[in-house]
Amino acid sequence: MELHNHGNGAVVDVHAHDHHHDEHEHHEDGFIKKYIFTEDHKTIAKQFLILGLIWAFMGGAMSIIFRLQLGFPEMTLEWLRPILGTWINETGKLEQEKYLALVTMHGTIMVFFVLTAGLSGTFSNFLIPLQVGARDMASGFMNMLSFWFFFLASVVMFTSLFLETGPASGGWVIYPPLSALPEAVPGSGAGMTYWLISMALFIVSSLLGGINYITTVINMRTKGLSFSRLPLTIWAFFLTAIIGLLSFPVLFAAALLLIFDRSMGTSFFLSDIYIGGKALHHQGGSAILFQHLFWFLGHPEVYIVLLPALGITSEIIATNARKPIFGYRAMVGSMIGIGVLSFIVWAHHMFVTGMNPFLGTIFMLLTLIIAVPSAVKAFNYITTLWKGNIIFTPAMLFSIGLVSLFISGGVTGIVLGNNALDIQLHDTYFVVAHFHLVMGSASFFGMVAGVYHWFPKMFGRMMDEKLGYVHFWITFIGVYLVFFPMHYIGIAGFPRRYYSFSTFDFSKSYTDLNMFISAAAILTFSAQALFAFNFVYSIFRGRLAPLNPWGSNTLEWTTPRVPGHGNWPGAIPTVHRWPYDYSKPDADKDGFTDFIPQDVPFSQTPNSNFEHENELIAKQEGKKSDQKSH
Amino acid sequence: MKIDKLNRPSNNTITQQNKGVALSMHPRKFALWLFIVSVCMMFAALTSAYIVKFTEGQPLVYDIPIMFWITSVVIVISSVTMHLAYKAAKNSNIQQIKTFMLITTILGTVFLVGQWYAWVELVQAGVFFAGSKSAPTGSFIYVFSGVHGLHIISGLVFLLITLRLAFKNKIDAQNTNTIEMCATYWHFLDMLWIYLFIFLLLNH
Repeated sequence: MELHNHGNGAVVDVHAHDHHHDEHEHHEDGFIKKYIFTEDHKTIAKQFLILGLIWAFMGGAMSIIFRLQLGFPEMTLEWLRPILGTWINETGKLEQEKYLALVTMHGTIMVFFVLTAGLSGTFSNFLIPLQVGARDMASGFMNMLSFWFFFLASVVMFTSLFLETGPASGGWVIYPPLSALPEAVPGSGAGMTYWLISMALFIVSSLLGGINYITTVINMRTKGLSFSRLPLTIWAFFLTAIIGLLSFPVLFAAALLLIFDRSMGTSFFLSDIYIGGKALHHQGGSAILFQHLFWFLGHPEVYIVLLPALGITSEIIATNARKPIFGYRAMVGSMIGIGVLSFIVWAHHMFVTGMNPFLGTIFMLLTLIIAVPSAVKAFNYITTLWKGNIIFTPAMLFSIGLVSLFISGGVTGIVLGNNALDIQLHDTYFVVAHFHLVMGSASFFGMVAGVYHWFPKMFGRMMDEKLGYVHFWITFIGVYLVFFPMHYIGIAGFPRRYYSFSTFDFSKSYTDLNMFISAAAILTFSAQALFAFNFVYSIFRGRLAPLNPWGSNTLEWTTPRVPGHGNWPGAIPTVHRWPYDYSKPDADKDGFTDFIPQDVPFSQTPNSNFEHENELIAKQEGKKSDQKSH
Repeated sequence: MKIDKLNRPSNNTITQQNKGVALSMHPRKFALWLFIVSVCMMFAALTSAYIVKFTEGQPLVYDIPIMFWITSVVIVISSVTMHLAYKAAKNSNIQQIKTFMLITTILGTVFLVGQWYAWVELVQAGVFFAGSKSAPTGSFIYVFSGVHGLHIISGLVFLLITLRLAFKNKIDAQNTNTIEMCATYWHFLDMLWIYLFIFLLLNH
């Protein structure tokens, strides 16, 4: 594995040298200012990452508990009592209502806290200023608030786990009336209130973050960094932030109306409900209305989760295939296309709510159109890899893994997007398998790939590759072993969110398969311990990172090994070219190996410039001489 | 060949502050516009939910409170005075800034109080926010004006901050950033209310 012949050759520790600059750059901050209430985007990114990873392990552990129930229904879970307490009943079984709570919490945590805050929060914060050449975000203070709102949301959600009635249990989509009436399930009492408060805080956090990301990308790009030269990571984060800005307020509106229904006795989503033979006073509301509002956020949310992962993958694949990304403009165009389409397909989550079949067909058509930009992206990844000089770093493996999961999960999306087929498949394990592959695992792979790739810039040290390879192969194979069989269970008609399948004749036939899935899930989850160990160990003991370990073109690798607040000790570099000048022909004649960083002017590379680039120089020189003559 | 690609600070001799390189707008102003976009999306969601409720089933028929007409006039006037304050700032007319800012803040407060009385009027007319006698279409009026009212409170806080700056003589033709953002936000809240008011007039 030849990893380090691209950068400066040797591993250089420049920290001692940089320290000199640091002292000039900014005065000494106290511990609290530096690590806790910090306005430095890099530290905020690490805060998002670490909190996101903690949530990821908790969310993963929850899935293992309910997988134990599904795979081994006869098993006694008595040994989990020290952790779960009364969630385990007298017979040593998981409480049925707590099973629902676990499923709900797993979904909420993974979708919002891990793959939105942990992924977008980490990498948008870390990479936007570094890759656009800015000292920090547009507003460091708002950025800090963004994290602390997320932290508060986390605290509230975590606290809800310890409520006597349990956390929210109505599913992560919190459909009323299940979520609106405490009589429906114990979790719909205080647990649901906590959930709503937590999500309101979370929405504030992501809006604060999103506004910052958009402003920074538009306003703070360094000289020469036009939109057509932006790394695809930045394009992805930028579009993600726009999607978030447009969709999260809608969830906020839905949550607000739900809060009124729950706590103040309005009837926005409730009507004609009898409990114990007694009619509730709520009249005239519509539960379907909530679904419309929810999925107007919910569907774009899928892309809020996925787009950053795709952006990260574009960058990592181009770098490690040592080739320019194939179809840069098509990549940007398809991301914009996905972003626009994501707002007009939400009703495909609601095909069986009794909507007009004609309307359903329109939504089906719009949904299937998303396959076009998605396929463009998939093909572009593959063609970027094609005949590339591929270097299999752990980050690269996870990126290629993402492409694989994106394709195999995306194909079933075409099946589910069909409103006739959806009648059979909706709310079955087929759906679970589909979105866990295409959205869950793919985005998770993107996040892990990003951690492996930018770890040297985050912590100034390298992660261990060998552990990374083991982590990748177990995870990659494990994810397929978990989710591939689920498709069959789904086609057979197993509904999701059921506590047990052993009570029905039709579902007994798949007991073995469920057991297999659970075993694979445990294996996959255990492999993440390798990652956790590697991550923590490498922060303190990892090999010191070279300045540009992957031979990458983007601006973050022009900073010192551990950049201080302000990122560049000297002037901010100017950008002269796009970020994908890998393996440019004749670059060696100009004194470069197989990559030419973004801040190298074309005038320094006369041999490797293309014709239109030479014309560009000629034009610029013409302008300069014009100015002089005036 | 020894390639020294990373230590090329000599190429970047142009010290450049990347403020407003790409866009002439101040980042904070731009962020305010983005915030306005997100508020717009929230009200778009609420009003479209109202339309869905209104077109299906039997909507509650009610009269628009007279008070809404009065508060609408008040907030439009406050927008005018806000604009006058901004113009005074551009001309560095310190005394006028103070006067018009003060009038705007007072009118904003009057608006808020007026909205409260509109709610009283609604209750007297039998349109309730919640409870067994309420209906979603009626509850929505409270949600619209209530959520808008919360934004008005945030607008009043912004007005007070600007007012404080004005009384410290920190606003003049060279320092219009804050008052300009304040004006943008206040005009937006004004237009938002007028939109909601016309929306209710058309669908009640």
